[in-house]
Amino acid sequence: MSDKQKLDEQTIAMRAAREFEDGMVVNLGGGIPTLACNFVPEGREVLFHAENGALGYGGIASTETADWDLFNASFQPVTPLPGMSFFAHDESFALIRGGHVDISVLGALEVSEKGDLANWVAGDLTTFEGDITDWIGLDRYPPAVGGAMDLAIGAKRVIVCMLHTTRNGQPKIVKECKYELTASRCVSLIITDLAVIEITPQGLVLKEITPGWEPEDVQAVTEPRLILASDIKEISL
Amino acid sequence: MNKIFNSSDQAVADVFDGATILCGGFGCVGGVPSTLFKALVKRPIKNLTIVGNTPVLGMAFQKAAARTMTVPESYADASLLLNNGQVRKLIISVPTIAIYKMPEPFPIVKAIKEGKDIEIELVPQGTLAERIRAARAGIGAFYTQAGVGTYLARGKETREISGKSYLLEYPIEADFAFIWAYKADRYGNLIYKGTSRTFNATMAGAAKITIAEVAEVVELGQLDPETIVTPAAYVDRVVKR
Repeated sequence: MSDKQKLDEQTIAMRAAREFEDGMVVNLGGGIPTLACNFVPEGREVLFHAENGALGYGGIASTETADWDLFNASFQPVTPLPGMSFFAHDESFALIRGGHVDISVLGALEVSEKGDLANWVAGDLTTFEGDITDWIGLDRYPPAVGGAMDLAIGAKRVIVCMLHTTRNGQPKIVKECKYELTASRCVSLIITDLAVIEITPQGLVLKEITPGWEPEDVQAVTEPRLILASDIKEISL
Repeated sequence: MNKIFNSSDQAVADVFDGATILCGGFGCVGGVPSTLFKALVKRPIKNLTIVGNTPVLGMAFQKAAARTMTVPESYADASLLLNNGQVRKLIISVPTIAIYKMPEPFPIVKAIKEGKDIEIELVPQGTLAERIRAARAGIGAFYTQAGVGTYLARGKETREISGKSYLLEYPIEADFAFIWAYKADRYGNLIYKGTSRTFNATMAGAAKITIAEVAEVVELGQLDPETIVTPAAYVDRVVKR
């Protein structure tokens, strides 16, 4: 299986951006999701929302044009666009919880077959030894909660973008999350380097697959049973 | 009426031992009331409760996150107080951020490893903002769906409303709010700049005393009343940074 090509992070983000429709309000989480701001399909206008109080910002800014007063919530400088607005943090989360975000794209440590999302860690900081780089290398993350709980319950649709397995090849799509939950039954679509999987009341439906991979390859690294979509196809961009 | 203070030292002179301080900004370099933190670190007070989204990341993180941008040497956050042993508790959404190539441990990790007794209350970001807004608005408590069924729901009242589960959350009662703003007049009206508005405009007015540091103090009437973000009633002191 290892000789087969997986999608890179940019391509995962590109696939996620295909879900953005004209006029939508979209919030992008850190990591792979944040890359999606560069791939809005031609002819569509999408308003990107940042938790720190902006709607309608543009792409990532160059060092020359970067402004400390125009950042997204992933600590990246972004560019201004006509029609952009700024607001306070309480307003920003009123917008989230009040159901005004059409799509929230989040990263995840695990997603369960019921759509439960786990993307944070409640651990004790004293148990983290050494440099943070080492922790991440071991798939360990320091405790922090951020805005994901609000996005997960507030957005009309939650899409998860992540790698299909951990660094050690363990499934991240599981029957029950072992990490702390961010919210239960909130995820509707999972986009990974191997597949696009929809979460339905009947279970996980494998809808698209990375070129060169077979459904049984994907099943082998997915803990719950996958239902093959009748119109299953290769992931295309 | 004149809320302008001549120095940041004067503006924070009455911050007391055990005070709870709302710390403006988000976590990025922009919008952090650095001048006020630098004044407060000189005061011989301890046991502070620091409230903010990501107020203790420190300079090393900002330099690592800034990549090719140059962080102003004047930057400082509440990790100054943490490093100086003045903090007892953090009410916070993000104590550290998973970023590669941190040249040194985060201030909070360092403090805990040194054996400092620091309590951390982890709060979802939207709940943090709303608990602060509730304090400003005189709301006794509120229900939110954020956190239902998670580790952070432990010990909290849950209620079903129209078929959905909500958690009961209380306002954060604070003594001081440290605010970064762009311009002020002597009444204390404030405007901000870009995404540096963030928690600053949420926190202004949410503590007993709100202190704003600004880039510029302008004459009354120069701020357009249609675009003033924080009305004067929320602000007690203004100091030029």
